[in-house]
Amino acid sequence: MDNRYELNKNLAQMLKGGVIMDVTTPEQARIAEAAGACAVMALERIPADIRAAGGVARMSDPKMIKGIQAAVSIPVMAKCRIGHFAEAQVLEAIEIDYIDESEVLSPADDRLHIDKTRFKVPFVCGAKDLGEALRRISEGAAMIRTKGEPGTGDVVQAVRHMRMMQSEIRRIASLGADELYEAAKDLRVPIDLVRYVHDNRKLPVVNFAAGGVATPADAALMMQLGAEGVFVGSGIFKSGNPAKRAAAIVKAVTNFNDPQVVAEVSEDLGEAMVGINESEIQVLMAERGK
Amino acid sequence: MRIGVLALQGAFIEHERRIAELGAAPFEIRERRDLDAPFDGLILPGGESTVQGKLLRELGLFAPLKRKIAGGLPTLGTCAGLILLARAIKDDPTVHFGLLDVTVERNAYGRQLGSFHAEAPLTDGPSVPLTFIRAPRIVSAGPSVEPLVTLDGTPVAVRQGHLFAAAFHPEIDANPSFHRLFLAAVSTRPVGEASSPPPI
Repeated sequence: MDNRYELNKNLAQMLKGGVIMDVTTPEQARIAEAAGACAVMALERIPADIRAAGGVARMSDPKMIKGIQAAVSIPVMAKCRIGHFAEAQVLEAIEIDYIDESEVLSPADDRLHIDKTRFKVPFVCGAKDLGEALRRISEGAAMIRTKGEPGTGDVVQAVRHMRMMQSEIRRIASLGADELYEAAKDLRVPIDLVRYVHDNRKLPVVNFAAGGVATPADAALMMQLGAEGVFVGSGIFKSGNPAKRAAAIVKAVTNFNDPQVVAEVSEDLGEAMVGINESEIQVLMAERGK
Repeated sequence: MRIGVLALQGAFIEHERRIAELGAAPFEIRERRDLDAPFDGLILPGGESTVQGKLLRELGLFAPLKRKIAGGLPTLGTCAGLILLARAIKDDPTVHFGLLDVTVERNAYGRQLGSFHAEAPLTDGPSVPLTFIRAPRIVSAGPSVEPLVTLDGTPVAVRQGHLFAAAFHPEIDANPSFHRLFLAAVSTRPVGEASSPPPI
């Protein structure tokens, strides 16, 4: 598995500095690819609609995912429910490039996540803080993303998670070698992962921002806070001009440190997704799966 | 030696680290103004060639970089960088720089499940690790293209004068041989095109 795990972490390295976009049809996938997406997330309903529809949200129809795989040349990801290893097996069977074990769908297991070491395809998982991130990595996740509240267009939670993770990484890095055992116990993670964070001042895998990113400035904010790339879900295809907004967010991620560029691409994008404030929502998806 | 690393998307930081370890000075190219100061070599990293190709053009980098590469700037392309340099892409009318006389097939080994590790000798030297991630394959090469690494009869790293390219990712393996080979070519580049004085 080690060999495979390295290759899977390597694929995430190739996605860095890029934007991964939620798409629901082959046509949207082609728009996303043409706009500069480095990968697409194939799903039946984008998070804003999942939230609006309510009920149980499950893995998408494999046929729909295959349609998107056929439409684009960039990597295709898809979501399975937390703990639903049979859905993950289905996604592996159709040779998905990355599985998102996602809190956006209804959790299938309220205690355990998938043992991701048993799979050949890579997994990305959400995390609100360092402990959650390292627990997912110890289960075999090859990539981490924040668990910002999906389908809201409100970036506050993604910011909270990224700041929390970065600040905990700095704290671990400042500890003495003999203090790491206690830190591992507190975080409920293996000592070798804590040592890695201590020695390298970063997670052992790539870390993206996700949840509530709706504008180029949102994307630039997350990149400046330490994200290595950005997932954009409802923000693109729930907006007035998806192709233009998608291309603008891609450029803002590349030149996140140049406000001039972010200003230019932010002009005339039409309407952003309406958005719901964190305090107005009923279901906090980030509380699913810790 | 100043080495520009195209930093639009992908694994550019890995190249920068390797270049710095070998004693050269990397810098990131993200915008037109990054090309203002002279530099001695260029690296086109792995990532998604569709993204990089689009951003190269939209950020006004494509034409000036193509002029520099065509004018003799030593350039190394890995994975997506190989695709950017290639003369043609199989089953795809897109051409990016088009200066390396090879035809490449994108995602030739399939999806992520087809990604793999291998080992093969670099030129006549010892074996080096090779990491292929959703890699392209060189399906044909012109007479001026010299294979540097061959795997199962297919060239996976090539050189054409000042152009170096690999279908794999030397930047993510621990072995620095490939970058060393490239930097040696940068440092022995004939004066005239040189953009900064040789090291003392």
